Amino acid sequence: MDNAGFIIASYIITFGAVGAYAVGVIRRSRKSARDIPRDQRPWL
Amino acid sequence: MSNSLKGSLPKNSSAVIATARLIAAKDLRIERRSRVLLNQVLPFALIVMVMFAFALDSDAVLERVAPGLVWLATLFSVLVMVSRSFAVETADGALDQLRSAGVPATGIFIGKMLALMVQLMVLVTLLVGAAVVLYRASFSWEGGVLLVTTAIAATCGLAAVGTLYGGLAAGAKGRETLLPLLLLPVVAPVLIGATRATESAFGTNGIAISEGWPWFGLLAVFAVLFSVAGAVAFGPLLDD
Amino acid sequence: MNTSTSTKVSPRDRVTGTPFTRGLGILVLAGMVLLIVLGLFVSPADVNQGESVRIMYAHVPGAWLAYLAFIVTAVSSAAYLWNRTRSLTWDRIAGASAEVGVLFMGISLITGSLWGRITWGTYWTWDARLTTTAFLFVTYIGYLAVRGLGGTHQQRARRSAVLALLAVLEIPLVHFSVELWNTLHQEASVAGRGTNVDMDGLMLFTLFLGVVVFTLMYVWLVLHRQRSLTLDDMLDDSGLDNALTARRAEAEGMAR
Repeated sequence: MDNAGFIIASYIITFGAVGAYAVGVIRRSRKSARDIPRDQRPWL
Repeated sequence: MSNSLKGSLPKNSSAVIATARLIAAKDLRIERRSRVLLNQVLPFALIVMVMFAFALDSDAVLERVAPGLVWLATLFSVLVMVSRSFAVETADGALDQLRSAGVPATGIFIGKMLALMVQLMVLVTLLVGAAVVLYRASFSWEGGVLLVTTAIAATCGLAAVGTLYGGLAAGAKGRETLLPLLLLPVVAPVLIGATRATESAFGTNGIAISEGWPWFGLLAVFAVLFSVAGAVAFGPLLDD
Repeated sequence: MNTSTSTKVSPRDRVTGTPFTRGLGILVLAGMVLLIVLGLFVSPADVNQGESVRIMYAHVPGAWLAYLAFIVTAVSSAAYLWNRTRSLTWDRIAGASAEVGVLFMGISLITGSLWGRITWGTYWTWDARLTTTAFLFVTYIGYLAVRGLGGTHQQRARRSAVLALLAVLEIPLVHFSVELWNTLHQEASVAGRGTNVDMDGLMLFTLFLGVVVFTLMYVWLVLHRQRSLTLDDMLDDSGLDNALTARRAEAEGMAR
């Protein structure tokens, strides 16, 4: 595959960025949840 | 005081007009006494235009891009002027006091916008003069008409957007760096339209004056849209 | 910060997850794998573009979802401003959607740039669509910055809601002016070259799959981020409550 570098880089950037953001959101919410009792979360 | 969008529409239009007059007069009076526009903003804009000459380093290029440079220098100056226009209000909490006294927000918006527009017109006039001197721009009487109408529409649009976004960021920490980030993308149409119209007025690159009028149309649409948007949105923005 | 009621969140405890998001997450992961397999390996190269069309399977869905995200932000902002539906949940949805939108748009700009490098030899061109996209990107970064200005939750919500609606007004204006500006320069001919794709069945399916996967990703991300924002706001509120309680206790103690 010619230009394979660009193409693979695109996929890595795309799913990598999404994954990194997802991880960041989960970690952020775990940090905030430490001080909030479980029963107060409105979506549960 | 109702804090819905509806509450910001003028219930009493003469109160709005009276407020606008008072606020505009106040802002212009402050400018006349402090002379910030003349002593600080204008020199800044002129230095910017000189810097362009250093950066571009070619008489031919300068003459060709003179219209764009005039409006770029204007845009940068708007950032400074808007910041000041609201620093004046928030310094002693004047804006909050005006609001709690029941002064119509639409009137405040129109007043500040008009004052800003007048100052911008003065600035643009002087910068066009600088362009004639520094970049060897030139224009005919017919071009002058296009130039004046363009300046009116462009400064009106810039004043509307500036006042609106200035009000949005007013009193917030980090305002100084936030305002440029918010304002510059929004005023891109003004930069494009004003530059093209001014190009026609100057006759740069042999562009006919008639080609400039559609761009004036764009500027007029922009000015109207954002004047209305500002008049409507200013109230909810200021409400707490 | 009150530490006496702080509990460690065990690794097994899902904070913002629900059975629904767990199922959704599994679907997303499976979809991503399928998309990568199809996009990178199984689907054929394009007659005109060659292998670079593979980037489109990530670029195009990303761009579309970014626009969708900004529409959601605008609608949620309007819902917040309208008295009858005013609720901070709308504000948080608007914020979460804008964040995901900026993420997708950034990805879209980068992958589009890489595609352009292969197809046209340049990383950037000033055609109307690209330029407007860049403006949209910067505008929403400004929106996120305004959300971080501080103040009460209601102040944040109102400021950002007005800004989101102004952005909806401004973007068509920018697009229209840039379009007009561009017809003067006729650089569109550069953009026209090589963009005609004659898609066969499998390529169309892969593109469609891309849109589906990205949509699911968007929903998953916004749900979690919106809940995360809710937790942050609740923390702010409880922090304020704790501070007030502590202050009152202090005052009573001093009064004695």
